[in-house]
Amino acid sequence: MLQISPPATSRLLLGDEAVALGAIDAGISAAYSYPGTPATEIMETLMGAAPDGVVAHWTANEKTAYEAALGVSMAGRRALVAMKHVGLNVAADPFMSSALVAIAGGLVVAVADDPGMHSSQNEQDSRFLADFARIVCLEPASSQEAYEMTREAFEVSERFGIPVLLRLVTRIAHSRSPVTTAPPRPTPPLDKADRPQDWILIPGNARRLWHGLVALQPELEAWAASSSHTMLTLSDDDRGLGVITAGIGRNHYLENGADLGYTPSHLHLGAYPVSAKLIRNLADHVEQLLVIEEGYPFVERRLAGVLPTRWDVLGRDSGTLPADGELTPDTVRAALGLPVRTGIDLTGMVLPGRPPQLCKGCPHEESFEALLAALAGIDQSVVMSDIGCYALGALPPYQAIESCVCMGASIGMAKGAADAGLRPSLAVIGDSTFLHSGITPLMDAVAHRTPITVLILDNGTVGMTGQQPTLLPGSSLEPLLAGLGIEPDHLHVIEITRQRVTELTALLRAEMDHPGPSVIVAVRECVEARKDRRQGTAS
Amino acid sequence: MTSDIVIAGVGGQGVLSVAAIIARAARAEGLEVKQTEVHGMAQRGGAVQATLRISPQPIASELVPRHTAAMILGLEPVEALRYLEYLSPDGVLITAAEPVTNVTDYPPLAEVHAVVRRIGGHLVEAFRLAKECGSPRAANVVMVGAASVHLPLAVGSLEAAVTEAFIAKGERVVGINLAAFRAGRAILSPATP
Ligand code: SF4
Repeated sequence: MLQISPPATSRLLLGDEAVALGAIDAGISAAYSYPGTPATEIMETLMGAAPDGVVAHWTANEKTAYEAALGVSMAGRRALVAMKHVGLNVAADPFMSSALVAIAGGLVVAVADDPGMHSSQNEQDSRFLADFARIVCLEPASSQEAYEMTREAFEVSERFGIPVLLRLVTRIAHSRSPVTTAPPRPTPPLDKADRPQDWILIPGNARRLWHGLVALQPELEAWAASSSHTMLTLSDDDRGLGVITAGIGRNHYLENGADLGYTPSHLHLGAYPVSAKLIRNLADHVEQLLVIEEGYPFVERRLAGVLPTRWDVLGRDSGTLPADGELTPDTVRAALGLPVRTGIDLTGMVLPGRPPQLCKGCPHEESFEALLAALAGIDQSVVMSDIGCYALGALPPYQAIESCVCMGASIGMAKGAADAGLRPSLAVIGDSTFLHSGITPLMDAVAHRTPITVLILDNGTVGMTGQQPTLLPGSSLEPLLAGLGIEPDHLHVIEITRQRVTELTALLRAEMDHPGPSVIVAVRECVEARKDRRQGTAS
Repeated sequence: MTSDIVIAGVGGQGVLSVAAIIARAARAEGLEVKQTEVHGMAQRGGAVQATLRISPQPIASELVPRHTAAMILGLEPVEALRYLEYLSPDGVLITAAEPVTNVTDYPPLAEVHAVVRRIGGHLVEAFRLAKECGSPRAANVVMVGAASVHLPLAVGSLEAAVTEAFIAKGERVVGINLAAFRAGRAILSPATP
């Protein structure tokens, strides 16, 4: 079936937008995601651009997103699942085991890493997870590559029967560059995988499938070596330095390359597993290898072991590039031994920092005030918190929270602290984060009657990532909590306003003394979400 | 030659719109463009920055190397100075004069302005001019106008980009923003002899 598409014109797109369009043009039937910077715009774009009949929606968390996508694949159709890097930890269980099943319809997991931690709690490198699962990883270095690789990832996934990880980094996800799209491919028909023994991972099957995946590795490596995203250029200009770039590392290298005065031999890696053969070809040609890769020293560690070799391997581990943080054209310039540029500097003035703040009129303000008032005069207490705008409660003027680790951790950590003897032990968590990962730890607290007080800040939205709707309406929280076993006398829903700060304070005070779990839901809409809603209804 | 611009301001001031307008104009002229922007946590009333690289040739890095930018365009003076190390010795710093003082340790404004002047930068009363044009929200477009004098782009392309950016909001809003653009441009245009 041939489809005619409008003439190709290039558009300035975010890497995230390019992934979304790539997935649509690859003929996906469904896409799932949970909001998280810098991956959020993948689903936002899909929801706006996906043709009728394509399912594109937010899910409770990354694990449920991944599992849904896996089901689509079993039905023989294509699915995209998108998340930020730490989201893949949440989805790690289905992700790791999905490498063993016989993927039918293409399954692509787009993961956006955040080196430099612009908006994240760590800077883990998803290439390690692709390697851990022993699957293929593609790493775009522009929006155009993000588009093309997304399309190609579906082909690769179906060809080898494995999921494919598309690894983005912030500066690709959130940079705009021109993209030319190609005619879309039709959506594959429903075609249910007919070998359940390749989907039922009981030990007998799993051993056979794992054996097959391990045996497939040389083929995957050969494919990566021959991929158009892998490029080896041997140069006789200079036989000293060989440069290996991966993903966006190439861009920072090329930014400086012209100043070198010669052209080093260069291997660019856009597809993994790393091709050992191409690395050997490059190494045979040079004396020294500089690895320029964003994130952890993933390729560098493949090259430099503990044993001495004839080659100097330079990179993040060797100290040639900074061991942490985001690569820049300047750090790469220094690693290439090029002179540092100078210019105007700001002398004699210290600039104030300008950290992010809660929006004016944010409902969290009143909740934090009540929390501080409730804890006033108490010698020892702990307030665990979570991922969301309310993590800004760590900063002045509130300084009201004491932890922010991962989605849902506030409740589990509050339970642990209470078990350890720390009382009162509180957890402050948003409605969406609670639905994502807060229910199960609360179940633990209910089952063991642990004395914790959970304050759910129900602002009706995923605020920090740009006001995506919370999966379930706030009204569903009360029956959900009651159903979990929170006793009616210790379950409160309060519409939080300036006038009711004292009331919330009193509630918190009372519940902190309760010898079992209690939950207070403080309800008020996020001001940004309200603005969006009003604009939406106005137009 | 790549022309790099660092656009700086505070969350909510319209930094991304400025980048989008200039990028649109550059694309209309057939130039290569790479633009970075900040989303998520960093936007909540905090410092926001976008970069724009424009060139007739393909552009390598997404990021602007230090001491090479042709322009720093500030929607707020302290934010403009924050990226001074990116400015090339022959680059230009143009910033809105009005401060956003949502921090406790904001330095005396006179000192901030003195530093801008000392390094040969331009101060533009963007919010005053925008108000005169009909809406203080157009201050960011005043700054596009001020920048236009030093951008490697035709006025016509920039005005067309401003029009396209606001067309969905109606003719009145387009009018206000075009006036804002012209008011900003007039401030930095060399006086006609
Ligand atoms: S986006 Fe909403 S929840 Fe986040 S700080 Fe602003 S008002 Fe508060």
